Amino acid sequence: MARMTFADLAARAQARPAVADRPIIRVGMSTCGMAAGAEPVFAVLNTEVKNRSLDWRVRRTGCAGMCSMEPLVEVTLPGQPAVMFGEVTPEFARQIVVDCAAGKPLPAENRVPGLAELARVAGDPVPAPGEDATRQYRIVMRNCGVIDPEEIDEYIDRGGYQALGKVLSSMTPEQVIEELKVAGLRGRGGAGFPAWLKWNLTRESKGDEHIIVCNGDEGDPGAYMDRSVLEGDPHAVLEGMIIGGFVIGAQTGFFYIRAEYPLAIQRIEKAIRQAKAAGLLGKNILGTEFSFNVEVRLGAGAFVCGEETALIASLEGQRGTPRPRPPYPSVKGLWGQPTMINNVESLANLSQIVARGGEWFSTIGVGRSTGTKVFAVTGKVKNAGLVEIPMGMTLRDVVEGICGGTSSGGPIKAVQTGGPSGGLIPATELDTPITYEHLQKLGSYMGSGGMMVMDESDDLVELSRFYLGFCVDESCGKCAPCRIGGTQMLRLLDRIADGKGTTADVATIKRLARAMQRASLCGLGQGAPSPILSALRYFESEFADRLVPEAN
Amino acid sequence: MSPTPTKTDDDVTAIAKRWKDKRGSLIMALHALQDRYGYVPREAAMNLGEQMNVPLARIYEVLTFYNYFRLKSPGKHVVSVCMGTACYLKGAPQLLRQASDALGIAPGETSEDGEYHLQVVRCVGCCGLAPVATVNAELLAKVTGESLAARLPSPSVRTEEEA
Repeated sequence: MARMTFADLAARAQARPAVADRPIIRVGMSTCGMAAGAEPVFAVLNTEVKNRSLDWRVRRTGCAGMCSMEPLVEVTLPGQPAVMFGEVTPEFARQIVVDCAAGKPLPAENRVPGLAELARVAGDPVPAPGEDATRQYRIVMRNCGVIDPEEIDEYIDRGGYQALGKVLSSMTPEQVIEELKVAGLRGRGGAGFPAWLKWNLTRESKGDEHIIVCNGDEGDPGAYMDRSVLEGDPHAVLEGMIIGGFVIGAQTGFFYIRAEYPLAIQRIEKAIRQAKAAGLLGKNILGTEFSFNVEVRLGAGAFVCGEETALIASLEGQRGTPRPRPPYPSVKGLWGQPTMINNVESLANLSQIVARGGEWFSTIGVGRSTGTKVFAVTGKVKNAGLVEIPMGMTLRDVVEGICGGTSSGGPIKAVQTGGPSGGLIPATELDTPITYEHLQKLGSYMGSGGMMVMDESDDLVELSRFYLGFCVDESCGKCAPCRIGGTQMLRLLDRIADGKGTTADVATIKRLARAMQRASLCGLGQGAPSPILSALRYFESEFADRLVPEAN
Repeated sequence: MSPTPTKTDDDVTAIAKRWKDKRGSLIMALHALQDRYGYVPREAAMNLGEQMNVPLARIYEVLTFYNYFRLKSPGKHVVSVCMGTACYLKGAPQLLRQASDALGIAPGETSEDGEYHLQVVRCVGCCGLAPVATVNAELLAKVTGESLAARLPSPSVRTEEEA
């Protein structure tokens, strides 16, 4: 692709997407899809179409979010609404082509809700709170399952890089920050720090250079929305990065991505090469003075590296241990320079906020929780997958309304958000709206987006042991409260789980938990007691039932 | 088959050259070593350290911190059982036991003939299809003990056993 100019971008914005004049078949080819067997399906479709010399298009696309239904195949015939098929086998894929080529109607089997039914997307009217409670609203995932993530043209055809063009041609960094402030975007990594404030602090810090980092070290075992966005719409994240680089005055950006996500790495690397060739990245972007480069760095299997100071240490080629803050990375980060670290999902929101305005974004969600949040709803749930909802929707709407309740059809026992640093929410609290504040009040937190559904068969003492065991394994060992506190707490929990614990052990666990929360150096140790504390808060009887009966 | 590590390996020289002058590159260079050998052999680490001017102690400090790096050859086929929360809830502990029984090795071990390595992974981010496992680079969804056993590559070693 030749280097683009502002005029080229403007022309692309005016162009109307061509009306489909021939059948298009899209196959979900993200990690989930491939694991479920999308590759043979894709191959069969291509072969069958070719063998029949049909003038159809067979395209690769990202994750539409219905992971438990993979492999997904969407068929769009000219003049007809798209039809989505789930759990497609190579034989069934062949049948689709055979029927279609013979002029028969599409098979009635294996149909699943299509994207239009599942979700509204950015640009559609914003639903009022309570309205459209079983439908998603997609800003971050707007292109996932729609475009071919390996083709920059498809991203640009959907309005991609228009925000970058707008920023570089007509906005000052201050104006972008102001839009972010109006939007009210808060960090999607979990803690919910106001994005505009972080951007502003980094911008105002003095240093030899400024650096922007995209945190793709999605460590919560049970959360995978960042992987999905990196795989399904890498340019959206990249565009957010480039805008961020311009705003804080950076010339260098790093993607820090888990090594366990090879496809995400491959797609982001490809996106970088394409953006460079198109003059949207690299030297003199869109012909302006602004030059910016990004590089990819891999994690190496350490949960703690999702913590920003540990991530910095890892990027510097050190052990991933955190350091005390302040100074915050916005003041002194990578190699001592002002560094802005943003989560994948936060960055994927950026272009839409710039293009549609902060005001628009702020009308989605409730109170101080604006915009949408992507959740990976998994565990004992009927329709496991990714859902993006306007904040303020209730947990019940998500788990029962959108995801169909438990897989067994029985009652929900609890929902867990925030992973190993989050907490259990009992079924009685499912009508709670999903906001940063509400979840915190329940003893959990937003987290990066893991949402685990538990039914009556799940043992919450064992689950507490699982989460705590995870944190103990992943503790970097630098600070004593986390290293020693976690291990001691796990021993006590082991005793309880084995039926040898006493009420005194429960009291000690609570005491240790407070110490860890207050004295640990980073979020790993501070958050590690959360799962067990919330389990004790809502399900204390499960623990009590296993204690050794008190003497006297 | 992965190449045998030596103290002089042109590929290590190429890796060192690619990453030496880049910032924040030590972990990337170590990934490249592991990609080449399947693990990070001591000879290769020494070679890399010399060429990148990084003391061996610094390299091992990093290697031993991160779970992803292996210091021993994992064998021909790496079987990983995911132990993320979704997989855990959907029976991964039982799956791990079945895999362990089928291969005759404990998690973290390599079979004596060097054919199989069994390990636990944290989360491969495929939670919607839990439980999942990987055999080498292939990801298996909604896996059971039986379906996993069926996907294990039939190795040369089986003929030895039969003989």
